[in-house]
Amino acid sequence: MAIRVVSAELMEIRSSDDVVLVRQAVRKKSIALGLGLVDQTKVVTASSELARNTLDYGGGGVARLELVENGTRSGLRITFEDQGPGIADLDLALTDGYTTGNGMGLGLSGAKRLSNEFEIWSKLGEGTRVSILRWK
Amino acid sequence: MERIPILKMGEFLLVTIQVDMHDRLALTLQDDLTSQIVKFRTHGVLIDISALEIVDSFIGRMLASIASMAHLLDAQTVVVGMQPAVAITLVELGLPMKGIRTALDVEKGMIALRSAILEAGQDGDTGSIR
Repeated sequence: MAIRVVSAELMEIRSSDDVVLVRQAVRKKSIALGLGLVDQTKVVTASSELARNTLDYGGGGVARLELVENGTRSGLRITFEDQGPGIADLDLALTDGYTTGNGMGLGLSGAKRLSNEFEIWSKLGEGTRVSILRWK
Repeated sequence: MERIPILKMGEFLLVTIQVDMHDRLALTLQDDLTSQIVKFRTHGVLIDISALEIVDSFIGRMLASIASMAHLLDAQTVVVGMQPAVAITLVELGLPMKGIRTALDVEKGMIALRSAILEAGQDGDTGSIR
């Protein structure tokens, strides 16, 4: 069934403080959705990894927080988008421990494991868009 | 400037992380803590993370580097008070918290520190990287 967006909020990611703000906003929305503490922690942690990627690798961007539903259940979808250099090899980028920066290479793969649904789009020279969804 | 307080508790240093960590704050903490270790000639550091609602790879990396830095300065580190939901998430995230000692609370952390310090002394490996 198609996903319907119930509400949406757009946040800028320009600094390390913004990463903290995104984390707090995601926490608020997951509580509003009625997620349990473990699920809240998972979605906030995944968002933190992706927000930091947007900042460190994408040179900043936006996060879109959406409460969604598909007829039978509701969920929280967070999409991170940047106009950065893009990712050359998505499979490689999703490999545990692979990094082009000085991180630990767990951001993408970890965020994927912590989410129910995960989508990534990237084009060299255009940017990257990563979307995670957690159903209630 | 915003800082994370470091308390001297007997022979040990206690760091209680209560705020959402960001880069600058993490770097300041590394600076402050390493200076205090040298100043007080302490052999043990307790890091209380019971107020942290999440530990992502950034914070995990920071904790690991603090432990390594402290080790180079002949001090052992024990991280205490991790919330259950954080532990579950960390494992799923795949964060290798290897080399980081943990304990349930400050009291148990102090016991763990004492035995870690004893061990380090007996091995005679002080100053080397694990």
